[in-house]
Amino acid sequence: MSRYVSYRDFDWVLLGFVLVICSLGVMEIHSATIHTKFAGSHVRQIYWVLAGVGAMFLMSLVNYQALLDKIHWFYFAAVGALMSVMVFGQKYLGARRWIKMPGGNHFQPSEWVKLILILAVAKYFADMRQRELSWSDFMKAGAIVGIPMLMVLAQPDLGTALTYVPIAVMGVFLGGLQWRQGLIVGVLAAVGIGAVFLVPRVHVLKTYQKQRLTSFIDPELDPQGSGYQVEQSKIAVGSGGLWGGKGSQTHGAFLPVPQTDFIFAAFAEEHGFVGALGVLLLYFIVLMRLTQNAQTAPDRAGTFVVMGVVAVLSFHILVNVGMVVGIMPVTGIPLPLMSYGGSSVLFMFLALGMVMNVRMRRFVN
Amino acid sequence: MFGRDEKVSAIRLTAAQYIILGIFLVLAYGLWKLQVMQSDYYSLAAEKNRIRNVPVLAPRGKILDRNGRTIVDNYPSFSALLLRDSSRDLVADADLIGQGLHLDPNDVRARIRHFASMPQYQPIFLKEDITPDELQFVEAHRNELPELDTIMVHRRLYPRNGFMAHLIGYVGEVSEDMLNQPQFELYSAGDVVGISGVERQYNTLLMGKNGSRQALVDSRGREVGRLGETEAVPGKQLRLTVDIDLQIAAEEALAGKNGAIVAMDPHTGEILAMVSGPSFDPNDFAVRVSRDEWNKLVTDPDKPLMNKAIQAQLAPGSTFKIIMAVAGWQEGIAQTLHVNCTGGAEFYGRRFGCWVKGGHGAVELEKAIYQSCDVFFYTLANKLGIDRIAKYATQLGLGQKTGIDLPNEVSGVMPSEEWKIRNYKQKWFAGETISVGIGQGAVAITPVQLLRAISAISMGGRMVVPHVINPTDMPPGYVETEHYTEVKNVTIDPNGWNFITDAMSRVLLPEGTAQSAHIPGIDIAGKTGSAQIVSLATRAKFKNSEALAQNGWFVGFTPRRNPDIVVCVLFQGGEHGKLAARLATQVIKAYVDKQRLTPTKMVEKPKSDGKVDIGGLWTAPDSNGDKERLEGGRFVLDLPKKPLAMATAAPGMN
Repeated sequence: MSRYVSYRDFDWVLLGFVLVICSLGVMEIHSATIHTKFAGSHVRQIYWVLAGVGAMFLMSLVNYQALLDKIHWFYFAAVGALMSVMVFGQKYLGARRWIKMPGGNHFQPSEWVKLILILAVAKYFADMRQRELSWSDFMKAGAIVGIPMLMVLAQPDLGTALTYVPIAVMGVFLGGLQWRQGLIVGVLAAVGIGAVFLVPRVHVLKTYQKQRLTSFIDPELDPQGSGYQVEQSKIAVGSGGLWGGKGSQTHGAFLPVPQTDFIFAAFAEEHGFVGALGVLLLYFIVLMRLTQNAQTAPDRAGTFVVMGVVAVLSFHILVNVGMVVGIMPVTGIPLPLMSYGGSSVLFMFLALGMVMNVRMRRFVN
Repeated sequence: MFGRDEKVSAIRLTAAQYIILGIFLVLAYGLWKLQVMQSDYYSLAAEKNRIRNVPVLAPRGKILDRNGRTIVDNYPSFSALLLRDSSRDLVADADLIGQGLHLDPNDVRARIRHFASMPQYQPIFLKEDITPDELQFVEAHRNELPELDTIMVHRRLYPRNGFMAHLIGYVGEVSEDMLNQPQFELYSAGDVVGISGVERQYNTLLMGKNGSRQALVDSRGREVGRLGETEAVPGKQLRLTVDIDLQIAAEEALAGKNGAIVAMDPHTGEILAMVSGPSFDPNDFAVRVSRDEWNKLVTDPDKPLMNKAIQAQLAPGSTFKIIMAVAGWQEGIAQTLHVNCTGGAEFYGRRFGCWVKGGHGAVELEKAIYQSCDVFFYTLANKLGIDRIAKYATQLGLGQKTGIDLPNEVSGVMPSEEWKIRNYKQKWFAGETISVGIGQGAVAITPVQLLRAISAISMGGRMVVPHVINPTDMPPGYVETEHYTEVKNVTIDPNGWNFITDAMSRVLLPEGTAQSAHIPGIDIAGKTGSAQIVSLATRAKFKNSEALAQNGWFVGFTPRRNPDIVVCVLFQGGEHGKLAARLATQVIKAYVDKQRLTPTKMVEKPKSDGKVDIGGLWTAPDSNGDKERLEGGRFVLDLPKKPLAMATAAPGMN
């Protein structure tokens, strides 16, 4: 089996669109933070993007099939890291999510676990030997994602835990989910969610998490509490109008964290419906390009890897933009490629590196 | 079974693409709804977010004396207020706010609820006149409590120790009851308005108009710019007709006593001094008064809140004999009446005693006035009858409001046959007339009424309306000038009022009832009075206890012809009119001394410890250097033991 890899097969078009999105993000970070104590964040964001691009190239060099062969070790390492967070993690703002690293940096393992889960799910379904999904396959796939998810939920970090769900859903869907199974699981999930919110004895979610999730339904009911962010975000987006405006919500600091979770609201306020739709279009092109890469993948595993990335990216966009326009609850999920933050940027580029990895090996065998 | 390289279902991949497309369409619709369909609504919301109305309070006008000397001024005071248009949970913050401002958090919450239905841009005032500590707390919690703000207000600084308190009155937050009255309809809750005295009477002049500033703020409530400002219109200053020097003399005369002193210019009706005792400190009301303090003031039997000069309705006693004399002269009876006073006389089967037990002997009108013979006036009253007495008394304004420009004046009572039938459905008994002849019985008048009546008699029947401001000082159209300058001429025979005032001038001479009040070199005409509060029999039963003592009256003027000043004194519990006369002559002496440029009082020597207490108001530049800021305070200064070789001018003194 000869292994010939060439950067001629590197997806430069995809990288081009990704970098355009990143540039828009950097511009908006600059605009949103210029008069705040976060001024200069856009420069750091540029460094993160450059580092991300570098990481992406490195990632593309490592054969993903070799990675998949050793994925169980990575998986154990991920679970171990999450466990160590529970034991040694730094408590900050009521949650234990970070491990203090030498040199003053903080490491948040839950973000990287996503990458490993994409690979683990891909490996599981690639090795599956039948066309239709059995209940035991379903349970095993669920367990692969579910174990680390519960650990993250315990930190507590509901947002990140939720981002694990689409990986499993995409894997199960492409792996041959049957209608009947989908229906049963859907009903069970609905009952479970209902129980979490409506049965007072069930303490899966903290009160603030419940409030954040319920306040989006009618933010005006509680404009000073958890609905405040949603309301301010909607005002920011709405006041942007068709062509964008002065951005008083962003610059008057009414909009919470305009450089991270609410960057899309800040962008929509300053650039209007036309600008915001343009960004959505860019993301859509990126996602379509990724699915195209999934279709041309050299093997089943490659398709699952790329589609895992598609699932995570789509979910992030749905939840983040949905939150910004007030049709999704506030969960603290950043907008990939645009939101300020090293972990988010690095994760995205590493994920893209895996996609490139798959693409560059499409003519191999 | 299929191999390791079996492709993933193409249909499912395509389905995934359509699901993604669906997600993006939903998101695009969300954007469309907010940014295109509801854009106007959210643009308005964004505007409302960042614009805050900050009130700019108008300072109240100063109150000056007739010579332009400041009586009431303002001083800068900080109030803590709660801005409700910030996106904060006010109720949850109430604990911290209460802690920092030394308020009960439940009171804070109650206040938030109380104002819940008011427009959101109107802030809630939490605490007035906060201490520097509390001001510091607000400044230090700008980030934690962005809704908490302070505002500098000009607070009233009244003279201390209740000086002139009844005439000036005081201000307070407009009450809900007041807001329902038509004259207050233009005010809104939280406005500070005059509650009593001239503060109330001339409130619209003094109050000014609050402005507001549209400030651009960020989410923390920090001002980042301003859009516009409607300036506050400061209240206009009010110049009273009161002369501070006379007021001081009157205050000192009445110090520690119950009663009232009013001094007036009989030519114009200008009030020169007005005191009511005991007094209260209106500075206590400038900031919120506690319920206990208020109850104490309201239930005090000496009625410190009542302006007795215009609100005490009491029997005038022997001072009424002057009105009797005028009535008797006009009817042609008094000038020819001769009575032999044996210490009492019998009318309608009942004996009426004279205050001189041994009697005055042969008495005609002049002696009856300066000796205040009761029997003479019993006889005169009997000859006149109640309706003729009431006719002249009513012409001279007794039993009616004088029309003085102060709120809540009362009318008193001047009885007549018709009055008795109207109020008691009973016929008037001729015997009741006898008591009225010496100012007892049903007659009840206010000090200012008596002052006005005697003023009219001293001026030959020219009756003026007492007032505390000069209408020509006022902005055009603000007051009805005619009301202030209205003169009613009561017909009195010149021989009659000359005779009567000559007799009054002998009251302070050795043969008169108030010889001890005589001041050499000042020609004072007056009349004493001592009115029974209860019958003498009742007094005897209670062993002449002080609570039942008689009210002393004195009303007098100087000089005897064409007088410059009329003074009326009510000394409750003063027992005899001559004590009231001494109080009146103190005021008259101060007036005459001022006219003659004689120093009334020298600066007192400092007390043995060499300290003097100095209080006052002065202006100082504010931190920007240009505008003037008013400072108020009180200091104790150490005086050097040795007198200074040459006095150096104190700052602000010319």
